[in-house]
Amino acid sequence: MTTMAPAADQKAAIENFAKDLELEIEGRSLWADARARFFRNRAAVTSLLVLAFIGLLVLIGPYLSQYQYDGIDWANMATPPSLENGHWFGTDALGRDLFVRTLLGGRISFMVGILGALVAVLIGTIYGATAGYLGGKVDMVMMRILEILQSFPFMFLVILLVTMFGRSIMLIFIAIGAVSWLSMARIVRGQTISLKGREFIEAARVCGTRPWDIIRGHIVPNVLGIVAVYASLLVPGMILFESFLSFLGLGVQEPMTSWGALVSEGANAMTVAVWQLAFPVAFLMITLFCFNYVGDGLRDALDPKDR
Amino acid sequence: MLNFVIRRFAIAVPTLLVLITISFFLMQAAPGSPFTGERSLPPEILKNIEAKYHMDKPLYQQYFMYLGNLAKGDLGPSFKYRDYTVNDLLSQSFPVSLKIGSVAFLFTVLVGVTIGTTAALKQNTFLDYIIMALAMTGVVLPSFVIAPLLVLIFAITLQWLPAGGWQGGGWHFMVLPVVAMAIMYMASIARIQRSSMIEVLNSNYIRTARAKGLPWKTIILRHAMRPSLLPVVSYLGPAFVGIITGSVVVETVFGLPGIGQHFVNGALNRDYSLVLGLTIIIGTLTILFTAIVDILYAVIDPKIRYQ
Repeated sequence: MTTMAPAADQKAAIENFAKDLELEIEGRSLWADARARFFRNRAAVTSLLVLAFIGLLVLIGPYLSQYQYDGIDWANMATPPSLENGHWFGTDALGRDLFVRTLLGGRISFMVGILGALVAVLIGTIYGATAGYLGGKVDMVMMRILEILQSFPFMFLVILLVTMFGRSIMLIFIAIGAVSWLSMARIVRGQTISLKGREFIEAARVCGTRPWDIIRGHIVPNVLGIVAVYASLLVPGMILFESFLSFLGLGVQEPMTSWGALVSEGANAMTVAVWQLAFPVAFLMITLFCFNYVGDGLRDALDPKDR
Repeated sequence: MLNFVIRRFAIAVPTLLVLITISFFLMQAAPGSPFTGERSLPPEILKNIEAKYHMDKPLYQQYFMYLGNLAKGDLGPSFKYRDYTVNDLLSQSFPVSLKIGSVAFLFTVLVGVTIGTTAALKQNTFLDYIIMALAMTGVVLPSFVIAPLLVLIFAITLQWLPAGGWQGGGWHFMVLPVVAMAIMYMASIARIQRSSMIEVLNSNYIRTARAKGLPWKTIILRHAMRPSLLPVVSYLGPAFVGIITGSVVVETVFGLPGIGQHFVNGALNRDYSLVLGLTIIIGTLTILFTAIVDILYAVIDPKIRYQ
């Protein structure tokens, strides 16, 4: 028995060593690496937290106030922010509560941003991966189409659309969807072309997998990381797009509102009621700022070019 | 090189045609006509009006008539400003927009490149941090936010500059609009220029130039500047579109008699032909400009030319 003990010890030690070794070898996958890099970036993490906070505020904030977004408080018209009467951000010229209106405008902005990103990911990935994978004539035609679309002044086309079909938020969603995927398609195409030559794609092709299945099963999952990064970089642009239209009065319609519309109203009243401009501008700028930082952080963490 | 230029313009022409076609048929697809108002017109009169604007002809005929007139430079009559043609309205307003737009564009590029280069040369110094912090703020300052803020600070509070108006285009009427249009793109260009300049300065041939003992100024101007400008040049197209788009807002805020006011009023009044004409003009400008930028890119970067 005495001879067995050291052997058992040894075995246990070896097993432990093997386990440690395994742990060391594991633990740092591509994604874990990227995550670690992202969380080391203090500006990006702070921005993410701020965005989460604004997102939460936008979602539940309107229910915390005693006022409705279209309710008129006849006793308090264009009053400055105050804690006593519950108008935390003050009221506009019609006596509507700015806290609730600012947050509701934020809902539109976040919706536009998220929707635009989704459309960009969906159409852009499929289009780019198809063009890149098939190559040759198909690729050429698809890229020419993209070039044509890209040199379109879309903002003006949207104004044209608004002229003809009247103002509606749906139109803005469609317009943003139409623009957002263009640059994404380009990026995905580039990635796909570099993936195409890799062994696992060749292996799949040798096995007789159909092109569409290769695109879906092998190409798309592999470009998804970069797609996510660039989608997040697109978001601020799309929020700006909507705010711009709303500022001109071509976006959302009263009594519904958005940050662009609020900035426009605030700008008209800024000499007498500066808070009407200050709060929407602050929210818009902080949100854009944070989206930019998060996008930059994600790109630094995930983009293989910068590694 | 000539080949490249020809090929590039060969893309521009169909792009323009697609833009015109889409815009034209969208206009036809719009519900109602510009002449349906609150008070419906008697059928005979409506018929006469439609005959005057050639709306009684079949669609394809209208389309080719519009194209034919367009080729002659005639954009047709305005539907809402009864005694004006679109050309009349444009000839009054376009020079104003062109003047502000081109000044803003030059200002954007020159200042953006200069401060970007400065930041790169003083990398990681206090000056660099200040410039980059300002640029990061500038990136989230769209024209519709910065314009009212500039008015509030420089026109209303400090009273240094007029809050709006044109009066023949004196320089002090142009300062605030130009700054408002430029800031966002200036900030982006500064960021792009800084990172590309840093990359170039770290490259081998710059080290060689320094080892040869060339003066620092010569190295920057003769060796580093040209390659470092490439990313900025590829950004000029989007910047141009952005500045033109921003001019719509800026002209509205400052009450300038440019094409921006026609865009917004045309859209709100449903003046189809005016907005269509403007879209085509701006589309043409954009498409031409992107083509020129691409050619410029090829001039700077020989790699593109020989592809």
